[in-house]
Amino acid sequence: MTNHWIDIKNADAVLIMGSNAAEHHPVCFKWIMKAKDNGAVIMHVDPKFSRTSARSDFHVPLRSGTDIAFLGGMINYIFETESYFKEYLLNYTNASFLVGKGYSFNDGLFSGYNPETRSYDRSVWAFETSADGAPVRDMTLSHERCVFNLLKKHYARYTLKNVSDTTGVSEENLLKVYKVFCATGKPDKAGTILYALGWTQHTVGAQNIRASALIQLLLGNIGVAGGGINALRGEPNVQGSTDHALLYDNLPGYIALPRAKWQTLADFNKDNTPVTALKNSVNWWSNRPKYFASLLKGWFGDEATPENDFCYGLLPKGEDGEDYSYMQIMDKVYHGQMKGGFIFGVNPMNSFPNTNKMRLALDNLDWMVCAELHNSETTDNWRRPGVDPKTRKTEVFLLPSAHRVEKAGTISNSGRWLLWFDKAVEPGGEARSFADIFVPLINRLRDMYRNEGGTLPEPLLKMNWPETFDAEEWARRINGFFWADTQVGDKLYKRGQLVPAFGNLQADGTTSSLNWLYTGSYTEEDGNKSKRRDPSQTPMQAAIGLYPNWSWCWPVNRRILYNRASVDLKGKPYNPQKAVIEWDGVKWVGDVPDGPWPPQADTKNGKLAFIMTKDGYAQLYGPGLKDGPLPEHYEPAETPVAKHPFSRQNSSPVFKFFTSDMDKIAEAADERFPIVLTTYSMTEHWCGGGETRNVPNLLETEPQLYIELSHELAKEKGIRNGDGVIIESIRGRVEAIAMVTVRIRPFTVMGRTIHLVGMPFAYGWTTPDCGDSTNRLTVTACDPNTSIPELKACCVNITRADKLTEIA
Amino acid sequence: MKCTRRSFLKFAGASAVCLTLGQMGFNLEAARAYAGSLKIEGAKEVTTICPFCAVCCQVIAYVRDGKLVATEGDPDFPVNEGALCAKGAALFTMYTSQHRLLKPMYRAPYSDKWEEKDWDWTLNQIARRVKEARDRDIILQNAAGKTVNRFESIFMMGTSHASNEECAVIHQAMRGLGVVYMDHQART
Repeated sequence: MTNHWIDIKNADAVLIMGSNAAEHHPVCFKWIMKAKDNGAVIMHVDPKFSRTSARSDFHVPLRSGTDIAFLGGMINYIFETESYFKEYLLNYTNASFLVGKGYSFNDGLFSGYNPETRSYDRSVWAFETSADGAPVRDMTLSHERCVFNLLKKHYARYTLKNVSDTTGVSEENLLKVYKVFCATGKPDKAGTILYALGWTQHTVGAQNIRASALIQLLLGNIGVAGGGINALRGEPNVQGSTDHALLYDNLPGYIALPRAKWQTLADFNKDNTPVTALKNSVNWWSNRPKYFASLLKGWFGDEATPENDFCYGLLPKGEDGEDYSYMQIMDKVYHGQMKGGFIFGVNPMNSFPNTNKMRLALDNLDWMVCAELHNSETTDNWRRPGVDPKTRKTEVFLLPSAHRVEKAGTISNSGRWLLWFDKAVEPGGEARSFADIFVPLINRLRDMYRNEGGTLPEPLLKMNWPETFDAEEWARRINGFFWADTQVGDKLYKRGQLVPAFGNLQADGTTSSLNWLYTGSYTEEDGNKSKRRDPSQTPMQAAIGLYPNWSWCWPVNRRILYNRASVDLKGKPYNPQKAVIEWDGVKWVGDVPDGPWPPQADTKNGKLAFIMTKDGYAQLYGPGLKDGPLPEHYEPAETPVAKHPFSRQNSSPVFKFFTSDMDKIAEAADERFPIVLTTYSMTEHWCGGGETRNVPNLLETEPQLYIELSHELAKEKGIRNGDGVIIESIRGRVEAIAMVTVRIRPFTVMGRTIHLVGMPFAYGWTTPDCGDSTNRLTVTACDPNTSIPELKACCVNITRADKLTEIA
Repeated sequence: MKCTRRSFLKFAGASAVCLTLGQMGFNLEAARAYAGSLKIEGAKEVTTICPFCAVCCQVIAYVRDGKLVATEGDPDFPVNEGALCAKGAALFTMYTSQHRLLKPMYRAPYSDKWEEKDWDWTLNQIARRVKEARDRDIILQNAAGKTVNRFESIFMMGTSHASNEECAVIHQAMRGLGVVYMDHQART
């Protein structure tokens, strides 16, 4: 989230899209309701009517996978009605930048496309620069190649008719949302966009989010109270686990995974340290070498020296361009190219797409280590229905893991608040925390390498690694230490003392931090700030629900990101009633600003608002993504639509897919699978249901797998409410109970009726008679940027079943 | 003093204020007798956090004699203000679930059953499997002769259930081994 949970109450318009917040984040909904009490209009754009729709001012049903068409229509509406916030666009975004002559867009394809590699040469999308490397700008916004006009032209095709034909949303409903939301383009109005996996789990997932960013920037809704783009993160510590990068392409703190082409730290820093020609651009990532050196120092301690590149050479280097994400992992496992694996606190045999492939794949592992609260479809894959365990080789180590109440530490909520939890009781039975598994495991390996030798023992033996795990100690390691006596202002910090802020991290080996974003969370002066429970606030902070003394939030306790864009060039808030920060002539008051420098109007010391981008401006046009500098509508990988009005490029030209015998994707408009399937979770079960199906009262409230379908489709198929049904895609077959409902209505798409059905994915065979994985139906097609699979849209058919075997 | 919602309630429950409340027309005798019979009487309050979505509602765990006796939403936490959803409200039942795994279990290749094992044996076996695979498979140089130190034949999947400190442990452990195939449900 750019903002935070409580801040939602400050919005004048709330657009919930790609999320069913009332069902999946129930407690946050009180803040949406507070906004409504304050006069905000709440809008829910989602394939089905749900608890969220019921609490909204209106619900607008949308065919799954057509969000960019819907949002592109809103961008077009903003230009047509001139609802944009022009001063904001000029001062804080790259609307005035000229794009180079290499950029073009023709019939669904951007310039630089290579059909053989299904990829773009992104260098042709670059901005035009002057001799010193500074972007060329046209402050009159009249040049045909300025971002403002490129955007206007690109989205001119997103007419109400084209959008309505594609999305299945009536023109009247489109206008209803566009009018209300675009009214927040006024300086003193704010609109927030709340999304979740309904946006990310598509072959155009990253571009769904970019489209929302375009809208929020055009309307001046970024940086302000009640604004922002807010990912309602669904997992308990998914913000923190992303920051600490349990990921394939990153090291902690959003530092790229080293690659073979970067053999030395200097090579790495050269390609990963942006340089700006603009003197008033902060270009924050120019500090990356300090953060990386501090990370290496944290990992290798005294072994890391400037002379040995801080042990950079010991780190694994990925192959250039190679994808190490979980879909690739499972494909390699399927092809027998993996020996073993750790699967901790996740149930991929239920929650990954195309589960039939995943389940067969797992049989190919020699060994697997799982740590869980309960047995799951993953831990017990070797004895799944229809399989003789005596034919499955995988050796399984199943470790009992500790429950939240049985351990201490921090998690980061969706609004980036760092929250401490205490250990209430000892772990049940012999259960252990994940850390109490990995710390001794690595120590055993270190002993083995020390005593027996082996290949490349150095990274393990040189590691700064403890004998036992202590959460407080690791919270300090994350914050970081001084490794040499250091003078900061009038204070001398001794070696071993905590670094007070990430501004003090250095590239010379005198500091460590396991994640620069969290530096400042645990200090000599204030101790462990994640434990703070002080509700005090100034009247200005109270007016927008800011609690600066409760816990701590990254970065530097800044509660609303990009807040320098909430004020005019002189530092005066655009909305004085809901001011986030204000320049009082000497200093900023309110939230922690994006840096202490004076406002942008100060030509000597002022700085540009968007400190994280190279040139200081928010990126309406962004040449960084793999599928284009501007979001464009493409159909899902599997779609009932053979042709859409925006181009002849039906699906994304660069989405990722796999080629095994089990990775089938139905052709567009395959008559065998005419119905769109979307999937979701529910309040009572969490994700794949691995935990919650083992909680008796939760299972009792939501006991079995169902499929929601419209009365019209039910009639067509001869299905009655409560009937057993079989759902089939080109990949699999699933049984469910029919729930015939008005919550789902047929869509009219280009004059044709298209049906959509929806199913939860929380059920699996280890819970008797409740049904089995819905994801046996879903598709292994992925976003080219994130490799997130398109779990939210695929094509199926449905028939009434005489007899069910999976559900009792 | 700092006055939070909960400290106010506690304060209001103290005898010094009873008079005031009594004067306002409240008779607290019945409430006091009821409070005395509550299962949380004498229990220690420990702050924890609901382990499901990233609203991260704070929860008070009541512990007596080393046992969890109840959980409820923390009324002082500015985000959830005491509220919990169905899952959060079922935290206690989740803790007491009879399906809970309590010991390390082992399934031998081609076996049709789980066997109980102790931690020492289990961790040694896992370390042995990892070392064997690593010594055999780690790629020190790629085809182009570049140093890559990459251990490609095992993977790490998980988990957003881990605390920040545990994530830091897992990440460092995996990069130390040379693992590049690492991912979790941040994106599922």
